Amino acid sequence: MLQLRGSTKDFHCDFIGHKMLIISDDSSLPFPLREKYAYILKENIDTNLPDGFGAYISQNASVFSTSKHKNWFHIPQYMDYMEAGDIINFKDDGSIWAIFRSNAKYNTFLLTERCNHYCLMCSQPPKSKEDSWLLERAMEAIELIPRDTVRMGFSGGEPTIYKEKLIDLVEKCRGYLPQTAIDILSNGRAFSDPEYARLLHKIDHPNCMICIPIYSDVPEIHNYVVQSEDAFDETIQGILNLKALNQKVEIRIVIHQQTIGRLVETCEYISRNLLFVDHVALMGLEITGFTRANLPDLWIDPYDYKDTLSQAVAVLNRSKINNSVYNHQLCTVNPDVEDNYVHSISDWKNEYLDECNKCSRKHECGGFFSSQILYKHSDHIKAFS
Amino acid sequence: MTKFQKQNFFQNTNESYELLPFRFARINGRVLLTNLVGEYFFTKDEVLKSLVDGTLPNDSDDYLNLRSLHFICDDQTQSAKQLLGIKTRTKLSNYSNLTSLHMFVISLRCEHSCPYCQVSRQSDDKLAFDMSYETASKAVDFALSGPSPRIKIEFQGGEPLLNFDTLKFIVHDAKEKNEAIGKDLSFVIATNLAVITDEILDYCKLHDIEISTSLDGPASLHNHNRPRPGNNSYELATEGIKKVREKLGFDKVNALMTTTDKSLDDPRIIIDEYLKQGFSGIFLRPLSPYGFAIKTKKYNAYGSKKWFEFYKTGLEYILEINKSGVHFREFYSATILKKILTLKDPGYVDLRSPAGIGIGGIVYNYDGKIFASDEGRMLAEMGDNTFEIGNLATDNFKDVFLSDKLLDPLEQSMTTSAPRCSECAFEQYCGADPVFHYATTGDFLGKKAESDFCYRNYNTFSHLLDTYDSNLETRSIFESWIN
Ligand code: SF4
Ligand code: SF4
Repeated sequence: MLQLRGSTKDFHCDFIGHKMLIISDDSSLPFPLREKYAYILKENIDTNLPDGFGAYISQNASVFSTSKHKNWFHIPQYMDYMEAGDIINFKDDGSIWAIFRSNAKYNTFLLTERCNHYCLMCSQPPKSKEDSWLLERAMEAIELIPRDTVRMGFSGGEPTIYKEKLIDLVEKCRGYLPQTAIDILSNGRAFSDPEYARLLHKIDHPNCMICIPIYSDVPEIHNYVVQSEDAFDETIQGILNLKALNQKVEIRIVIHQQTIGRLVETCEYISRNLLFVDHVALMGLEITGFTRANLPDLWIDPYDYKDTLSQAVAVLNRSKINNSVYNHQLCTVNPDVEDNYVHSISDWKNEYLDECNKCSRKHECGGFFSSQILYKHSDHIKAFS
Repeated sequence: MTKFQKQNFFQNTNESYELLPFRFARINGRVLLTNLVGEYFFTKDEVLKSLVDGTLPNDSDDYLNLRSLHFICDDQTQSAKQLLGIKTRTKLSNYSNLTSLHMFVISLRCEHSCPYCQVSRQSDDKLAFDMSYETASKAVDFALSGPSPRIKIEFQGGEPLLNFDTLKFIVHDAKEKNEAIGKDLSFVIATNLAVITDEILDYCKLHDIEISTSLDGPASLHNHNRPRPGNNSYELATEGIKKVREKLGFDKVNALMTTTDKSLDDPRIIIDEYLKQGFSGIFLRPLSPYGFAIKTKKYNAYGSKKWFEFYKTGLEYILEINKSGVHFREFYSATILKKILTLKDPGYVDLRSPAGIGIGGIVYNYDGKIFASDEGRMLAEMGDNTFEIGNLATDNFKDVFLSDKLLDPLEQSMTTSAPRCSECAFEQYCGADPVFHYATTGDFLGKKAESDFCYRNYNTFSHLLDTYDSNLETRSIFESWIN
């Protein structure tokens, strides 16, 4: 798994605070542009560094020992994935944060760790401390992101706690990146205020999807999973307000012990009441964050629920609702969901078990999160012959 | 971790709930509940009783299911009423598009002489019974002036291919006029295929015109139903089907059966014939009442009881075929199941309320008269003009669609307000048939307790829901039919 944040002790900088730069390996970059870029020296050779770049980075400390340049960072080994086009935030304390990776299929910006939910299986356990600098960095990064980026996401915490400022972010995306589809992960409750939904609508972003979880058609179960009373009704109201204004909405269901019991009913509820949503994501459990603490209440072997999953997918397909199955291994699902099976959403390196090396369908299989390999995975992983 | 609340913390302590509108029926010892938009729930008598008494425990499965399906709401689900409202509006919203099916009767002439057909003529007099270019052009204008984004022009007769010139004229005229309008325009010819030629098929291929033909069963039955000189209707139809498939594509031809007294003897031989001809399904159509009921103005329970037995036997046989691995549908059931299971209206003209007459399908007769339905046209042939709703020579789209002649039967037959229907558990799946009820009882509404239409539908709905809900294998077959 890639580590996006790191730090170095071996650096020199003359700025105060932070600087966000795009990595370049082009030593002949026109001079006026260089200020915005960090020059990356990949080869392990001591050479004359080109002048005028915003910063210089290398894995080789000795490059910098004689350098006349002021801003240089010796990047740690575990961040050696860095390459031209990546957007990196450098701080005056030597911390380095790869905020956008140009080669990733999909980049996600964490906007805050604050949240009004406290989900049993949260992968990003909420914290209460002020962290609006995360939003500020994202705002800065938007200016640097390549215009041809296909899709990217914003997550939390709960991004709508920023109220109007989140809308400003969407507006900035539309301005700088009109071709880029954006996903915003939200619990949707803020949109139960029709005024807030209208604010988003007014921006008229061409391709902005709000991704909202509904864990059950039974409010008490949904509220229990998200640990908040009255959540269900407000979330439904939020979805209705967004769809009344024709905003794109995806519904996300994480499948675990608490949600599996009414998964089919929940999909039926969606297909009857929320037929107009744009996509439904049926997601396997990632074993990080709170999930590990609550594992006894959450874990169910995907192999044991594969018939239920098939039924759920069939219900959605019958109603012609776009839907995808994420985070599952091919050998734990029935063949009838394969049309909806998605290889992988993030580019977190998919990992595999030894068994998988014998498997003829490994290239089609999404594999595992490293957390699944580490802590818990299906007992029925079996190679296809 | 102590930070997490236990599940029972989220249990609703307020045990009161509100009933949302619903209806019920008893089927095979169970109670069927259906709500305002057609969600359904099978349960026991005690649960129904406890539900209406307000004593259903709010942690019982029945409670959770009934609440999710919008039979009740409580303070956890205030969104229920809004969702019900949205679903009701969505269901009705299609109606504002008005008519998409436009039937052009371009010739009354026919070389068949089927006894149950009230309209066809044995004649060579083209002028007397064929649609003129002038009338055709007006009909095209009329059809294209409505709000529906989809327009299907169906050529009918008599035998429409006997007036192929007008058919070609209409196709060209409609395509040309539609260029500026941009509707999704399609054509289908309803023909017995007896006079189809290569020239006609080439033309159909060029303009992507589909063929709808008649196949009543094996040769003996089909030829009995459809006398023509040479007594070879079956042979011509099946050869025609083959030809169409070769030239236009396998799925460009579909077949409809006309159900007569004689068909009712054994559905299996008819189904076998459809299988043999390579069709992917069959429409076990209700008995056409127009041969006997209209003439005698008498309701005939015997006919519809016999039909229902025919349908049940046929359906069972078709399910067996599916169980053996061959995908073969019964289209009438598929249409009804789609309504029940997806809340979507498949647009079947005979199961709509407001009724499908005029606003679901409309008929332009060869002589310029406009009829609200094909059956309305047949009634006129027998001397009753009740469903003649206008004339292409004098009326435009608005005149016709706002006329009392159309609006009265629509308004007066609505199931939501009809005695019996308004309390019927199947109201959301059923429809109004003002032509049938007018023809059999003299008013648009009819008496549902004595209605053939009601008998057939009530029993079909009960049977389908009961079958769907009680057998897993059948269930998945049914589901595959509506996809
Ligand atoms: S054996 Fe491994 S690679 Fe093959 S389907 Fe299962 S998890 Fe995927
Ligand atoms: S016609 Fe009969 S089955 Fe249909 S809604 Fe009316 S009462 Fe019910």
